[in-house]
This record gives sequence, structure tokens and C-alpha cells, in this order.
Amino acid sequence: MSDMSFFVTSSTVAALAAIAFGVMIPALAMGWSISKAMEALSRQPEAEKAITRSLFIGLAMIESLAIYVLVIVLIVLFRNPLLEYLLN
Amino acid sequence: MQEALLTQTIYFEIGPLAFSQSLVTSLTLTILLVLLAASLTHHLLITPTKLQSMAEAIMGVIENAINEVLPQYSRQVLPFIATLWLFLLFANLVGLIPGLQSPTRDLSITAALAILVFFSVHWFGIRSQGLANYLRHYLKPNPLLLPFHLISEFTRTVALAIRLFGNMMSLEIAALLVLLVAGFLAPIPILMLHIIEALVQAYIFGMLALVYVAGSIQSQIISRKHSMTRA
Repeated sequence: MSDMSFFVTSSTVAALAAIAFGVMIPALAMGWSISKAMEALSRQPEAEKAITRSLFIGLAMIESLAIYVLVIVLIVLFRNPLLEYLLN
Repeated sequence: MQEALLTQTIYFEIGPLAFSQSLVTSLTLTILLVLLAASLTHHLLITPTKLQSMAEAIMGVIENAINEVLPQYSRQVLPFIATLWLFLLFANLVGLIPGLQSPTRDLSITAALAILVFFSVHWFGIRSQGLANYLRHYLKPNPLLLPFHLISEFTRTVALAIRLFGNMMSLEIAALLVLLVAGFLAPIPILMLHIIEALVQAYIFGMLALVYVAGSIQSQIISRKHSMTRA
């Protein structure tokens, strides 16, 4: 197998694996935090605004992890800086 | 296609300054918002017209949201946070108009907004309690934690920029990919998701900026109260 095809195969596999795990684990974390927020909401419905606000901020924090994975995967697929070494 | 996904088309250049599509869009948006605000506040009446009461309702919602986080300083931070919210809302939604792109899918624009947030956090912190008091909170609870404070200042600014950029870009890429695969009418649910996501991301960006500003103001108030009760 030539260097180039090995590079393409491995970067595609790595990107797919990265996006799979990078979506799975933040999804678990988001589900966990939403279920906790629902419990808190059923216990104290009057604190709805504060709970919703901190839930949204927490979800944004967790979501940004998945977004980092996406950005890195896009870099690996479209703008891989290591490709230069192979082409020269 | 790759080029269109990750880079920006440049319209024209003046010297070293390149006017990309996102820069032109956001400048136009800024001018339009300023004109809109000026025309809405030009003739304020005691018995409001329809437009005025609409604008007042929007400002009321924003003011309530800020009041819940930062009751004592809401007047001080309201202009900055409200501007962020309104600008981001329109900037995210502009991508839905055919032929236009959201300026927030350009990392330069979101980075500029995140840098604004970074500086205003320190500005509001110093303004509320003075420079010495503000710098002292970096040494609390222990001077050993100073590097962690500095790292968190840096990373949360980067995270703010990357989060907005990644969200808007991935939404547009998702719509584009669905369009390539399925074609006619299929991307419409994705575009509906785009509307919700635009609202949520604008809310989150402004809310995080507000929480950071509130943190820099309140960390000193709490520590001052603490030292007063101890004394």
C-alpha cells in the first residue's frame, strides 16, 4: 500500500472514529445533566428560571466539546497540515 | 466545495485590509441596526406607538434577563450585553437569506466578539472595585492557583469564539450536505433547526459573557463581604 492511500485511509478512519466518540460521550453527558435538571425542576418548580439558565450554560459547555471534535475532524479531512510532508 | 466550506470569499482589498464577505455583511448589519435603533428612539412618546412598544418589550425582556444575574449592576452592563444579543441574533439569522452567509460562521468575527468580551470582563471588574482589588482576586483563595486563573481566562475566550463559529459552520455544512444528498425540499427541517440554533447560540453567547462579567464583579464583592464579617 502506498504512502498516500495509507494516509487517506487512516485519516478517514480516524476522523470517523473521532466524530463517533466525540458525539457519543457529550450526548451521554448532556442526557445526564438534563435528567438531573428535570429532577431538580420537579422538586422545586419555582426555581425554574435559575435551573433553566444554568442548564443552558452547562449544555453549551458540554456541546462545545463536541464542536471541538468537529473542528479538529474538519481540519484532519480538509486542511491536514501533515500532508505537506507526504507531498514534498 | 472544500474552499467554500472553510474559507471566505474576499470582495475587495484596501491596502492590507481585505474585505471578506463576512466583514461586509457584519458591517452592513451594524449600520442597519444602528439606523433602526436611532429611528426607533427618535420620537419617544408617553403613549407608545406599535413599533415603540415592540422595541420596549424586547428591551424589557433583555433587562429582566440581566437583572436576574446581576441586579446591582444591570444598568452598567446592559448596553454591552444587549448589543451582543441583538447583533448575534441578526448575524446568526442572516444566513437564512439566500445568497448571504452568517458572519458568525467566520472565525475572525467570532474571535473579535470574544476578544471584546475578554476585555470588557476586566473593564467592568476594574471599574466596579478598582485595579488593586481586581488584581487581588487572582491570588484568591491561594496564590498557587494563579496559573489556573490565567489559563481559564485564556481558554474560556477561545472557547467562546470556537463554540459560536463551530455551531454556525456545522449547521450550514449539514444543510449543504443534505442538499447534496437529497435535493428538493429535504433541507427545510435542517433550516428550521438553523433558526432554533441561531436563537440558542445568540442567547448562550450573551449569557456566558454576562456570567463572566458578573463573575469578575461579584468575586470581589463576595470576598469583601467575607473580610468584613471576619474583621
